[in-house]
Amino acid sequence: MTTDTFTAQEYKYGFVTPVESEVFPKGLTEETVRAISAKKNEPPFLLNFRLKAFRKWLELKEPHWLNGQYPPIDYQNISYYAEPKSKPKLDSLAQVDPEILRTLEKLGVPVDEQKRLNNVAVDVVFDSVSLGTTFRKKLEEAGVVLCSISEAVHKYPELVEKYLGTVVPIGDNFFAALNSAVFSDGSFVYIPKGVRSPMELSTYFRINEKETGQFERTLIIAEDDSYVSYLEGCTAPAYDTNQLHAAVVELIAKDRAQIKYSTVQNWYAGDPKTGKGGIYNFVTKRGLCQGVGSKIAWTQVEAGAAITWKYPGCILRGDDSVGEFYSVALTNGHMQADTGTKMIHVGKRTKSTIVSKGISADVSHNSYRGLVKMSAKAEGARNYTQCDSMLVGNKCSANTFPTIEVGNSTAQLEHEASTSKLNEEQIFYLQSRGLTKEEAIQLIVNGFCKEVIRELPLEFAAEAQKLLALKLEHSVG
Amino acid sequence: MMLQIKNLHAKVNGKQILNGLNLSVNKGEVHALMGPNGAGKSTLAKVLAGHPLYEITDGEIWFKGQNLLELQPEERAALGLFMSFQYPVEIAGVSNQQFLFLALNAQRKKRGEKELTEGEFEQLLSEKMRLMEMKVEFKSRAVNEGFSGGEKKRNEILQMALFNPDLGVLDETDSGLDIDAMRVVAGGVNKMRRGDNGLLVITHYQRLLEYVKPDFVHVLVDGKIVRTGGSELALELEAKGYAE
Repeated sequence: MTTDTFTAQEYKYGFVTPVESEVFPKGLTEETVRAISAKKNEPPFLLNFRLKAFRKWLELKEPHWLNGQYPPIDYQNISYYAEPKSKPKLDSLAQVDPEILRTLEKLGVPVDEQKRLNNVAVDVVFDSVSLGTTFRKKLEEAGVVLCSISEAVHKYPELVEKYLGTVVPIGDNFFAALNSAVFSDGSFVYIPKGVRSPMELSTYFRINEKETGQFERTLIIAEDDSYVSYLEGCTAPAYDTNQLHAAVVELIAKDRAQIKYSTVQNWYAGDPKTGKGGIYNFVTKRGLCQGVGSKIAWTQVEAGAAITWKYPGCILRGDDSVGEFYSVALTNGHMQADTGTKMIHVGKRTKSTIVSKGISADVSHNSYRGLVKMSAKAEGARNYTQCDSMLVGNKCSANTFPTIEVGNSTAQLEHEASTSKLNEEQIFYLQSRGLTKEEAIQLIVNGFCKEVIRELPLEFAAEAQKLLALKLEHSVG
Repeated sequence: MMLQIKNLHAKVNGKQILNGLNLSVNKGEVHALMGPNGAGKSTLAKVLAGHPLYEITDGEIWFKGQNLLELQPEERAALGLFMSFQYPVEIAGVSNQQFLFLALNAQRKKRGEKELTEGEFEQLLSEKMRLMEMKVEFKSRAVNEGFSGGEKKRNEILQMALFNPDLGVLDETDSGLDIDAMRVVAGGVNKMRRGDNGLLVITHYQRLLEYVKPDFVHVLVDGKIVRTGGSELALELEAKGYAE
């Protein structure tokens, strides 16, 4: 079998859409930042935001504490903006370039409002731009805003200016500063006071161009007593060069508001045999539980990308606020994942739950890294952490790096961890009872990930289960 | 003839274990396979069920007129072959009920039979669990996880009762059982005998054979059957040992 066919089998989203794109020349200077801002016709506050971030970025050094390795990234050899040329002004996704529509269909993105996933509203980000969102009318009637962040900058500038960079400051870290300088598109969600979003909101991120980085920026604001469930999915073509996806996601939950943020990440992971190519998924995601009794829950299924380096976290500032993190990180081939969460307890009686499931196969590396911090004021705060690792084969590795900082004596913490092996005996046992090898692997992996999968919106849970099983089929002897 | 094994040679990890084994089982017969440690008893069980690590170097196995060696383990199960594991495997996070429901329906589907609804299945499962004197909580517990040795074996026989196979291969089902558990397990085995299904009972001791009376007893030494007799042979072996 040649490498090509192997890759094609393993990753069915690895194709390229033949569209003409306007791509910025490679390189990053202050001029690039100004050009992106001008291209989007941005108000001065945003240009200033970007320039401040760019100057900050120049002062920062790329961090290297990742439990993994990659060759140096040449930031001058990346293009920072790409958009399909035929991008019209859209009210509905149905008017997009037919070539792109076919792509979305192939990817299984529910852009047709008449089709089966009719309780999910979708925003599609293709390279650097949003192509439009579905179910605008229905959401508008409920008062819910789901649009691209570029559009929000023009339609809701006061909200964007008020909240952008408040949870992840521009100088937070090297990649956050880079994102703040050059971010292109992502989603903006606003849920007014007392509103429960009538449907699941989602964004589908697709990288298509070969030498473009994707700098997603997403901002979700949930006012008092509101509720929203948001899901993002990600895929990219199989190129043999590495590409950077450096995103920043900020969530803000006011009094008693609840935000459920789910991710099914299936970026191209590079060639499973040689490790060539694949996405560097270097992401900063953070939620602020600003209000009393607010709740933010992160659920992630990280099944792709050459390197995943992200720690979706919660700052639990409001008294009695709740942070949750449910994660499955699957690595195979030459993938590396260093992911986990940060739970920062500030308010009284704040609670956090962390459930992390790592599955490593082939020669991959999979690490859980987490921080639970109980500040002096967080009286009666509680955390429960569970980290389980599953190894497939004996050439992979799994690591756990939990950090706990406790600043008051009334806080309670629990930590559980386990390591197990997915082995031929389990598969044979299930096969001898009538299940096929594929069904057996799926059952074992789903059992292992059960606590996380059940947190996903129903429509995506089955997809996520299939994705995990599919990824492992080649890795189990 | 239901099962016919001809001149079977098999190896695992480069080591030759079976060296020309011949065995036939007819409908309704109970065969006991006895022998010293390392003779190849469990290897035969694993070869019958289709374990991927065991390599067949020569010989044939026919089951219900089909060449068993051409079938995947799940196809063998659907055809009516069941192997009770000596060391049943744990599957975390998967409930016994979910596992058994999926397994039974997978077999039925392959045979072209109607799949059971969850309600129908639950009724069948409850009935078989009463037979095996198992508590209701077994349904929701993860497959074999945290089960005692006796509970695991009981769970194996429960599966045999549920799948209702034409041939049951019991690999050291009596090992690790106390006398009460033995009585329940053996009782379960006896209750599921239909008259036309066969059993191959692999055991080191003749204890289990006091409860499940064999029609034939075979002695396996160095990967070959060296002696065959009636149930009295088991008693003789118990008294004299295999070193004859």
